[in-house]
Amino acid sequence: MMAAAYESGAISLEGVMKRFGDFQAVDNVTLDIKLNEFFTLLGPSGCGKTTLLRMIAGFEMPSGGRILLDGKEISDLLPNQRPVNTVFQNYALFPHMSVAGNIGFGLKMLGRPKGEIRAAVAEMLRLVQLEGRGDSAVTQLSGGQQQRVALARALAPRPKVLLLDEPLSALDLKLRKSMQIELKRLQAETGITFVFVTHDQEEALSMSDRIAVMSHGKVRQVGSPADIYHRPADRFVADFIGETNFIEADAVSIAGGVARVRLPSGVEIPATFPAGVTPSGKVTVVIRPEHAQMVAQAGDGALRGIVGDIIYLGTDTHFHVRLDDGSPFIVRRQNATNGPSEFSPGESVGIRISDNVAQIVMNQP
Amino acid sequence: MTDVAKAGETRRRNDIRDRWLLSAPALTLIAIAGTGPLLIVLIYSFLAPGSYGDVKWEFSPNGWFNVFLSRDIFDNTVSLADAHYTIFWRTLRLALATTVLCLLLGFPLAYFIASRPPGSRSIWLFLITIPFWTNMLIRTFAIAEVIRNEGIINSLLMRLGLLVAPVQMLFTDFATLVGMTYVHLPLMVLPLYASLEKLDFRLVEAGYDLYASRFGVLLRIIVPLTRPGIIAGSILVFVPALSSYVIPLVLGGGKNLMIGNLIELQFGQGRNWPLGAALSVTLVLVVMIAVIFYMRNAGEPGGRAHG
Repeated sequence: MMAAAYESGAISLEGVMKRFGDFQAVDNVTLDIKLNEFFTLLGPSGCGKTTLLRMIAGFEMPSGGRILLDGKEISDLLPNQRPVNTVFQNYALFPHMSVAGNIGFGLKMLGRPKGEIRAAVAEMLRLVQLEGRGDSAVTQLSGGQQQRVALARALAPRPKVLLLDEPLSALDLKLRKSMQIELKRLQAETGITFVFVTHDQEEALSMSDRIAVMSHGKVRQVGSPADIYHRPADRFVADFIGETNFIEADAVSIAGGVARVRLPSGVEIPATFPAGVTPSGKVTVVIRPEHAQMVAQAGDGALRGIVGDIIYLGTDTHFHVRLDDGSPFIVRRQNATNGPSEFSPGESVGIRISDNVAQIVMNQP
Repeated sequence: MTDVAKAGETRRRNDIRDRWLLSAPALTLIAIAGTGPLLIVLIYSFLAPGSYGDVKWEFSPNGWFNVFLSRDIFDNTVSLADAHYTIFWRTLRLALATTVLCLLLGFPLAYFIASRPPGSRSIWLFLITIPFWTNMLIRTFAIAEVIRNEGIINSLLMRLGLLVAPVQMLFTDFATLVGMTYVHLPLMVLPLYASLEKLDFRLVEAGYDLYASRFGVLLRIIVPLTRPGIIAGSILVFVPALSSYVIPLVLGGGKNLMIGNLIELQFGQGRNWPLGAALSVTLVLVVMIAVIFYMRNAGEPGGRAHG
């Protein structure tokens, strides 16, 4: 157990802007990151997520708006004045210091007594499971170990918020998976607010309490992983998170918060829609590949098409189907039994859609 | 011995022979241009002086004797060669001060250049090399022109009413120091720049993030990581500063000699080539000891930075 309790902090961003010359890197972002939360900023490269993180850390000054920590404005403070620490993308470990020297650096700079630093370093080494490696040179460690040292270094001064800038991107897949679990454990154990930046949607879904999806400097949607996946706010979010089928359809009617849409095949199905919009006319409907099933009788499904590529993925098989109107559609089927697929390329099939899974999304402005 | 082992042995021997052949040009050059002349100087230092310069080919320890001791011409008493020690001490002091000044001035300059956008760095580096275009003698006289009693600085200060009489700067150790710092500064800036340019700026950010002050980041992160450049620059400045000749002659006015001037005197007016040779060897030894000392003390922790 921890020797002392960690203190956690909440971050509020109010209309934060960042401009680099003509480029609007962060465009009017308002967010509340709660106490003890594992919060993820997710988006493609160049969406402004790292710039936003760097502004919280203090490496960049906002061009506009305010950043608050526990209700107090910190926008004008220098990085060394903020009780916030960063785990850098390529760790940025000090190569001329030992593992212990790296971990103890923050406390040393805070002027803590030697005994306290030594105790904190020992505790951190235990926390990241690197006991006995304190005297090693950081250049002799493996990537995963360097990652742990970077974490320990950032946690040692007991920041109120830990900022993580794509910390797992340099690791191979297997190590990444185990570090994901490790990060979740550290966050639960310390209770510190984590702000995590990634472009990997799977990583974001599996680790976060809440996710903010960003593109072009704006926050598209904030919500729990399930919210983001099942109720994407717009076409960008639906497209960026997971695999998605987009179908152009006509909104026919709205009743009780659910719309009825007519698919190109003429079949009508119910579809939910984001709050604050009233779908009408031509709309885009999102159906996840796992929410559709193939049926042998073409007439039995809501959609009809011809099987194209069949991609075997071990746990799942993906069927790429070309619909009658020429648009592509992917069906994912879990491989519940061994043996060959009962469908083959060129076959005419029907596609059935599970109840209450279709969702109308708005095209982004 | 089996055939395989024999073939391996032959191959190994050929390989060694090829290595010697390939390095022969370099070794020849080192022998002719480096070791040979030094050897001649070393031999001369153990010979007797000729009457009109040159040496007589007979062994004499007097050259070395006179480096450290002097014999009174009237009563033959032996005492320490005070004048030589004064000159040694001045040389060492001025060379060290030059190195420190070059480091203090050169580091911010190199940092400035290394932190420019990559495109404009080459322009700054180009500007740094401009002084090399002019002969050092001319540059040294130019400094004399600036700091002499009727020079720009004194006349300007007097016209502004800040001075009543000119301050004597020319023909002092101060003048020599200014001149040596000016001439050697680029030799410090270039290796420092090479080190600073490779510095990972994220480490600086990490330092700030972990509560280091600006000075803390400089002292604990930037300086240790650019140590190779600091060492290289310091040696490049210290060694030629130690053997300066023109600058103390022109700016020191020939009164404040350094070892270089002393050696020149022995080969010229002094007509004591063995003493000159012994002084030269002493200078080489001093440089060698200083460089070894410096590398030992400053070199080790920085080495890891390139791991």
